[in-house]
Amino acid sequence: MKRQAQAAILFLLGASLLHAATTDLYLRYVKSGLRPLLLLSAAILITASLATAWYERKTPTPATHPEPRISWLLTLPVLALILVAPPALGSYSALRTGTALQEPYGYENLPPADPLPLPLTDYAARAAYDKGRTLRNRSVEITGFVALSPSGTPYLVRMTLNCCAADAQPIKVALTGRVPPVLRPDTWLRVTGTYTPRTTKDPVNGAPIPYLKVTEATPTRAPQDPYDETWNN
Amino acid sequence: MATTTRTRPPDPDPDPDQDEGRQAGPLLFITLLLLAVLLQNPLRGALSAPVMQSWTTVFVAVMIQALPFLVLGVLLSAAIAVFVPPTFFARALPTRPALAVPVAGAAGAVLPGCECASVPVAGALVRRGVTPAAALAFLLSAPAINPIVLTSTAVAFPGAPEMVLARLVASLLTACAMGWLWLRLGRTDWLRPPTRSSHECQTRGAAFWGSVRHDVMHAGGFLVVGAMAAATLKAAAPETWLQQLASSPPLAILALAVLAVLLSLCSEADAFVAASLTHFSLTARLTFLVVGPMIDLKLFAMQAGTFGRAFALRFAPTTFVVAVAISTATGTVLL
Repeated sequence: MKRQAQAAILFLLGASLLHAATTDLYLRYVKSGLRPLLLLSAAILITASLATAWYERKTPTPATHPEPRISWLLTLPVLALILVAPPALGSYSALRTGTALQEPYGYENLPPADPLPLPLTDYAARAAYDKGRTLRNRSVEITGFVALSPSGTPYLVRMTLNCCAADAQPIKVALTGRVPPVLRPDTWLRVTGTYTPRTTKDPVNGAPIPYLKVTEATPTRAPQDPYDETWNN
Repeated sequence: MATTTRTRPPDPDPDPDQDEGRQAGPLLFITLLLLAVLLQNPLRGALSAPVMQSWTTVFVAVMIQALPFLVLGVLLSAAIAVFVPPTFFARALPTRPALAVPVAGAAGAVLPGCECASVPVAGALVRRGVTPAAALAFLLSAPAINPIVLTSTAVAFPGAPEMVLARLVASLLTACAMGWLWLRLGRTDWLRPPTRSSHECQTRGAAFWGSVRHDVMHAGGFLVVGAMAAATLKAAAPETWLQQLASSPPLAILALAVLAVLLSLCSEADAFVAASLTHFSLTARLTFLVVGPMIDLKLFAMQAGTFGRAFALRFAPTTFVVAVAISTATGTVLL
């Protein structure tokens, strides 16, 4: 591979990282804390590309040590990021992976708002492991995307993230009550509802999925960060 | 760009194969870019199937996640390769080979990079007269026990800090065992004398950025392969299939060891993949983390390229067996 081509690939790689990190695009793939590192590595890649072009212009070196053809593969992430920009993981991955709900160490007291906005993961933990003790007679509001189980049960799902989408795991809440008649997978809903003791088991890993009795469901925009990063940290 | 091509002095030693590659390179690149732009809509259509979408997302995610670590590692390794004289390593090591092995193994901690960076450095060490056994211990330990890799392991396993210690101990033990094994059984005629370094007769800046460019292009290309394999596994392989393998402890260890070889992940990123293999025991995942940086498909290719095929064919399977045995033992004791 010619040095100039290498410089071009380094530049494109750096520019696409810069593009992802300066917009909210990177939040679809990695945790938000990676942003400074992304910007830094983008700057280094662009500098390396300019340096390569500069030294090549000054003293063109015969390619004594040609880079392997495998380096061309570096164009793939650039194309995938700039042209395709795949969406954050949705209902397809959520249904293939078991719910990652785990018993929390404790339950904080809830503020008195009505309806009470609550992270979906928090509702699921309180409903499944605390028998809804803190949720009785409360109207809660949770946000997530729709996934339809093979048996037809509608789930509201939030993906949780440790590091990048490769380790993303879903937290699922099943919906009952006044569920909208037509549900499209992957649409985001803001659901107001009340606690119900009913639970079911995730067909993938047998973990508990609590229910929420819906009183109102409104379509909403996807949140800025599609993943819940608070869950495991 | 055109003017530089015209004023370039004629190549002193034209190689027809290389020349063809250089001509075809940019043309291929531009064609690829044009095609991608023209076929944008059909491509999007094909990629909008849920399997493909989730595959692409995981692929991009692994790349974006690993690239900053790769770039930082490459930067630091370029700094060491350019600003620390290779003779320093030769002077710092004990003269007795049996002692030089553990010292070189522990010295792996100062080369912050992934395995792609350690192969050329180990080649340079052999070139500077370091005993091959010590250079090999360094080659195996450096990608696994340096601060960047250990930090990313700690980040990936927030609930299991003992994983970091286990990875350090098992990797160091395997590296030393392989070094001592080489002292007893190794024959120098298996090693092909490595070709000369490309850093000589260059200014420091040129050597530094040349090293950065070289390492990013090499390691990055293999990283793409690793990310594609990881995405395929995550998006297409049914979870129940992995769960079945995970249910039997010996099978799980062997399965993840083979997976580490096949996935060829960069050691700076493999901890995050290991963390996502939640059905497997910590010992099996430790084996994944110990085997991966020492022997995988891309490393085999790089070792064969640097030290010769006769060496790689003997060294790689032995490393695999020793690494699996030692990490199983370490996992049983520490995890």
